[in-house]
Amino acid sequence: MLSFILRRVAALALTLCVTAAVIFIVLEILPGDPAAVMMGVNATPENVAAIRAEYGLDRPAVERFLTWIGGLLTGDLGLSYTYRVPISSLIAERAQVTLPLAAMAVMLSASIGIPLGTLAAAKANTRTDSLVMGISQLGLAVPNFWFGILLVLLFAVTLGWFPAGGFPGWGAGVLAGIKTLILPAVALALPQSAILARLTRSAVLEALQEDFVRTARAKGLSWPATLRKHVLRNALVPVVTILGLQFSVLVAGAIIIENVFSLPGLGRLMFQSIAQHDIIVVKDLVVLFAALVVFMNFIVDVAYGIIDPRLRRT
Amino acid sequence: MTKKSLPFLAFAALIAAAPGALAQNRDAAVLCMTLEPPILDPTAGAAQAIKEVTYNNVFETLVSIDSASKLQPRLAENWVLAPDNVTYTFKLKSGVKFHDGAEFTSADVKFSFERAVAPNSKNAQKASFTPIETITTPDPLTVVIKLKQPTARFLEGIAIGDASIVSEKSAATNETRPVGTGGYRYVDWRRGDRLIYTRNEAYWGRKPAIKDVSYRFIADAQAQFAAIQAGDCDAITNFGAYESVDALRKNPALKVMVGSTEGETMLAINNAKAPFNDLRVRRALAHAIDRKAVIEGAMNGVGVPIGSHFSPAHPAYVDLTGAVPYDPAKAKALLREAGFPNGFSTTLRLPPPPYARRSGEVIAAMLGEVGIKVSIEPVEFPQWLERVFRNKEYDLSIIAHTEPLDVGNYARTDYYWGYNNADFQAMNTRANAEMDEAKRFQIYRDMQKKILDDQVNVFLFMLPKTTVAKKDLEGMWQNWPIPVSPASELSWK
Repeated sequence: MLSFILRRVAALALTLCVTAAVIFIVLEILPGDPAAVMMGVNATPENVAAIRAEYGLDRPAVERFLTWIGGLLTGDLGLSYTYRVPISSLIAERAQVTLPLAAMAVMLSASIGIPLGTLAAAKANTRTDSLVMGISQLGLAVPNFWFGILLVLLFAVTLGWFPAGGFPGWGAGVLAGIKTLILPAVALALPQSAILARLTRSAVLEALQEDFVRTARAKGLSWPATLRKHVLRNALVPVVTILGLQFSVLVAGAIIIENVFSLPGLGRLMFQSIAQHDIIVVKDLVVLFAALVVFMNFIVDVAYGIIDPRLRRT
Repeated sequence: MTKKSLPFLAFAALIAAAPGALAQNRDAAVLCMTLEPPILDPTAGAAQAIKEVTYNNVFETLVSIDSASKLQPRLAENWVLAPDNVTYTFKLKSGVKFHDGAEFTSADVKFSFERAVAPNSKNAQKASFTPIETITTPDPLTVVIKLKQPTARFLEGIAIGDASIVSEKSAATNETRPVGTGGYRYVDWRRGDRLIYTRNEAYWGRKPAIKDVSYRFIADAQAQFAAIQAGDCDAITNFGAYESVDALRKNPALKVMVGSTEGETMLAINNAKAPFNDLRVRRALAHAIDRKAVIEGAMNGVGVPIGSHFSPAHPAYVDLTGAVPYDPAKAKALLREAGFPNGFSTTLRLPPPPYARRSGEVIAAMLGEVGIKVSIEPVEFPQWLERVFRNKEYDLSIIAHTEPLDVGNYARTDYYWGYNNADFQAMNTRANAEMDEAKRFQIYRDMQKKILDDQVNVFLFMLPKTTVAKKDLEGMWQNWPIPVSPASELSWK
């Protein structure tokens, strides 16, 4: 088991190194000088030179790469070119919005998708099944940002129950914070819950074919109890795996929803940094998102290894 | 109702009771804008948003520009220009303090201007200060500034946010914790969301009417629309979704004011590059473009047409909009004459603002009508700056030049338009040194005609400013002589 984990950790480190090198090179090639962006159209050459010197942009690329990697390894993410504050504090502020948002969305999508999928499987090939699958098809087809706009128009503009966007900060109270995150979480969760519902349905249907289900029914267990104790337990393994992966997708993938709701999250930070050519923030965020995805995969791999010893040798 | 639904209902009740949409708080105002300032020191960066949130709020200038584009004394009580036309003597306001308690004196003025022009300066408008030869401070409330030569627009140059007066003690930290002399002091900045100010109770002048002011940054136009409709914003300083303006006008709780900025929007032409180095080709572009249709199609009808690079709000403006009328037949004839009977292919590089992207679509279609095949290439602003503006790697682009009275840019030999005309440069030098207003304005009129004669660019319209505000919020600027939104002038009716 230990060598299995060590191999996985080595693969993880290698993935991150490659990611870091690729993103560095790509941003190096992309035209656009952060110093020129800061100084605008009336900048004198001395203006730009002063900024370049201040941020070490006048150094050779290799030196900058090594400085950056060295900083990452020691936990120093550097200074944002545009905001001129430590990136670690920027990311920490933004994560306070994005992580709870992603967590809420995952919880919502699980609590909608899994029961609906189970229901559809239990009533397979009935009108209920068709209805659930039809709705989930719709959920997959509708883009989450458009759904978000509809939610805002109904619940914020017309009914006035929720703010239309923005984030008051957790300092304004946990409830006020949660209140602003509900609409975006719903918008993020619905397409994900549609995926989960379809996945749960097929997993449950598969489990229903197993011999142990027949055995359980034969020994006199009621149908709901069989479903709960035997079928769902087995069917949920792939579902939970997907749920874990959804979390990392939601953290990195909330860019559009965060724009629709003008939430100061990680996605918006990424968006702004690209628009303003704050390349050091872009680099840090890409590595961070990559680390998150790789880490989630790692957890899933290890979990499989625990569940199924045969996988440890691969 | 089952027992299980009880916790959920209790939670829902709590959420509904959480603070949200409250009745209008007369002691507070939330101003919403599109772009977030990267830093809060107006003397250390080019971003317009920095000036918009700090000008006459946190920071003040010696002389300031008011909403009617007039110069007003601010930190300077008054000033005198000596008969030599180069020596300005400023008398400063007494009893002015910075937010950290430091006294404002002539030494701060000297420090601020010398810092702006220093070799390692990050000031984006360094040219405003380069005419200065010496700054002397005979006493704490007097500043004498001697210029190298008569400079007609020196006062305008030190009336902008980039000329804000800072204190030596706090200059280094103003980027993140601004300390000025203004009516509002900095409280907090939640990056990506909002900037929070509170009234400076020790302010030297008339105290602002509204105590707590915050600026919220909402990049997405649809989100701005929702936020003002939901009452989350008390005003949007410049609303970007032109097609939604009519819907906002129907809301009885809101008022919409359409004004103008100093942004001359143009189809910029690379004059140094073939075939655009031929006046006939540039003129053909101008004849091929129907300005009114561009304003209708791209700007929902909002935007004052211009015929040259000059603001209609300026007294020296000459209306040249009819001089090169829309005439596709003439455009084709000119192209034929220039050796392009079948037109040619070209690229239009467009920066991100909606006015550029939308006008670009319309103009590409119009140029297509006369045989010029335009391929549109959208670029991000950093790439626009580097490729179009700095390296001049472009044929055509669309951009608004937002500085007030910036026709002098046509005298810049290395500028991205590739226009290099000795006559125009001489006119500009004369205008800069001409202290007699009537004579100077005459030169401005000649300059407007000259760049149209040479058809350096195709001039489209003045970029509009669309202010949306709650009905009873007073004091929002309708026009933007400079793009600022001083909260100190706001009040609730």
